[in-house]
Amino acid sequence: MADSISLRVVTPVRLVLEEQVDELTAPGPLGQLGILPDHAALMTTLDIGQLSYKTSGANSVITLTGGYAEVLDNVVTVLADAAEFPNEIDTARAENARARAERTLEDRDNADDQALVAAEAALKRALLRLETAE
Amino acid sequence: MPSLKDIRKRISSVRNTQQITKAMKAVAAAKLRRAHDAAVEARPYAEKMRELLSNLSARVSEESHPLLIEREEKRVDVLLVTADRGLCGAYNSNVIRLADNFRVDRGEQEVTFRFVGRKGSEYFRRRGVAAMDDGPVTWHASPDELASVAAGRLIGRFLNGESDAAYIVYSQFRSALSQVPAAARIIPVAPPQVDEEQHLTEYLLEPSIGDLLSNLLPKNVEVQVYQALLEATAGEHGARMTAMESATNNASDLISALTLQMNRARQAAITKELLEVVSTAEALG
Repeated sequence: MADSISLRVVTPVRLVLEEQVDELTAPGPLGQLGILPDHAALMTTLDIGQLSYKTSGANSVITLTGGYAEVLDNVVTVLADAAEFPNEIDTARAENARARAERTLEDRDNADDQALVAAEAALKRALLRLETAE
Repeated sequence: MPSLKDIRKRISSVRNTQQITKAMKAVAAAKLRRAHDAAVEARPYAEKMRELLSNLSARVSEESHPLLIEREEKRVDVLLVTADRGLCGAYNSNVIRLADNFRVDRGEQEVTFRFVGRKGSEYFRRRGVAAMDDGPVTWHASPDELASVAAGRLIGRFLNGESDAAYIVYSQFRSALSQVPAAARIIPVAPPQVDEEQHLTEYLLEPSIGDLLSNLLPKNVEVQVYQALLEATAGEHGARMTAMESATNNASDLISALTLQMNRARQAAITKELLEVVSTAEALG
């Protein structure tokens, strides 16, 4: 039995993280998805949310704004649209994004469906970033 | 024969130009390095994406998702990637020529262009070629935003039946010295084939294979466009660096030729003056 998982988080822009971890929790489409060593092979989409992982007792978090994950032979590969460590988050930018999204949502009579969906996702991302940065 | 003063003037003007080309070369070299790094860093994502996609699509039939279905190509969209600026040798004209040939080869088929980069759009607009009229054609945003907008638009047109296929025409990056224009079909998606030997892993799939595919396929188109944009950027800077390097060398050659000419002219002037002095002395003597 393996006692650790190798976790790799990649975005289209860069390789964010490559580390041996003991366990991890990812934002799955049906709720939080916990992964321990020797997990079965799995392919899944990921929601906007926090990916937390534990390395020798220490917990770390990283924000994910949607993507995919593959679990295979104790290797977890996360393909994220964007991923950030808490200290990388630009709170001013997230605050702006939140204000913008909220304005669009309040003015829902004048916006088309697509814009509303986009604003909702933007709001979710902004809230996640603000919450993680704290 | 030009006067000494004229030659001096030309030398200094050539030298000014040389300074500019030298600076442009240095800037292009720095940008090339950055663009190249970006392209390299983007590779793991794209590779993994291909892997997931080939694995998924090997288990389903072609009809399982609209983006996989091939139709007879009557209306074709072309995303043409060029630079916004010139002064990069034959970079733009090579890509544009390929795109123009592509259009002509299609004969009866209706070809609609969409542009990233001002140069391509200027060329085809002058010739009155059909183009999608949506937003700016320049590199006004980061490559990932440009890719996501362009991919979304092309996918939308394909799914609405406004086009039967979409191609991307761009410049592949081989090295700083070599960029090869290429045309690749991005829609419908032709999933990479799984090798016979590579056995298919049985995955648990969440949510369902259909949901995964309809999520992954559009993303894959976007990633392909993104990669093309990165390569095109690297190629542009590579081409500009090479062009500016040879311009700088040409300026050096020109300066030494002009300097030689200047020295000859000065020598001739001195000889003439001497002759005048000597002959005057003789005439008086």
